[in-house]
Amino acid sequence: MKVSVVVFPGTNCEMDTKYAYEKLNAQVELVFHKDDTLPADTDLVVLPGGFSYGDYLRSAAIAKFSPIMKDVIRFANDGGKVLGICNGFQMLLEMGLLEGAMKRNSNVHFISKHQHLRVINNDNKFLQKLNIGDVLNIPIAHGEGNYFIDEKGLVELYANNQVLLKYSDENGIDQNPNGSIDCIACICNKKRNVFGLMPHPERAIETLLGSADGVKMLEGLMEG
Amino acid sequence: MKVIVNIQLKEGVLDPQGKAVHHALSALSFNEVGDVRIGKQIILQVNETDEDKVKARVSEMCEELLANTVIENYEIEIA
Repeated sequence: MKVSVVVFPGTNCEMDTKYAYEKLNAQVELVFHKDDTLPADTDLVVLPGGFSYGDYLRSAAIAKFSPIMKDVIRFANDGGKVLGICNGFQMLLEMGLLEGAMKRNSNVHFISKHQHLRVINNDNKFLQKLNIGDVLNIPIAHGEGNYFIDEKGLVELYANNQVLLKYSDENGIDQNPNGSIDCIACICNKKRNVFGLMPHPERAIETLLGSADGVKMLEGLMEG
Repeated sequence: MKVIVNIQLKEGVLDPQGKAVHHALSALSFNEVGDVRIGKQIILQVNETDEDKVKARVSEMCEELLANTVIENYEIEIA
């Protein structure tokens, strides 16, 4: 299992992501954004969290033009698995690999805390090791995580089971930290090979650090 | 040629920054303010004199990079 983690100027979660996947016995390579091609044997591409290009203009607006992104798009279109975490999710939206857009959090503050999430759909590789209704405890840390999609797009997301996680309280009741439409925290594309979420599963892999609920998510992408 | 691009959140897309500023204005007793919308202005110095050509090119820039047309509208003004 080979995981390629792409590093942009301003990325700051690449080492956490590498640590997490190495702990799960994957082979991890950090790939610089100026490279033209992904390592040939890549099974999974992770676009990690951070503040690529200082969030100038809009979060992830500039990262989408990095040289490596052409190959990330090709990889995704060929059915390769791509996971975007936080800033990586914003990149997938800006690139059009996922639908919708991010706005500033509704309270206009940067939010950094542990947040509960409820599993909405598990018929996909990312959440296949979890059950619908499971409640997870995963850290969030973002200023622009207020997910928006128009009404027509939202209906389609639900119709295709593309809404994967929602923000909730510890009992699984909807709870909205950032103003996201319908409390949506994680979506995938129609083909179910591109996944984006604002919460950080790679920061939830050690019970000692508050939660290991991220392990099952990251593991899911290592199978099939 | 100087070109001013104004970018705004689309009608119907809730503007969290505008809402926060509106709240602050109300707290300062500026009660006549009914709504606040915050956008951004990008000023370009373009080396081209044909206005139509400039507008077409800047429009491309907006579609590709300057605006996120999922949630934002843009207006191009030749200064």
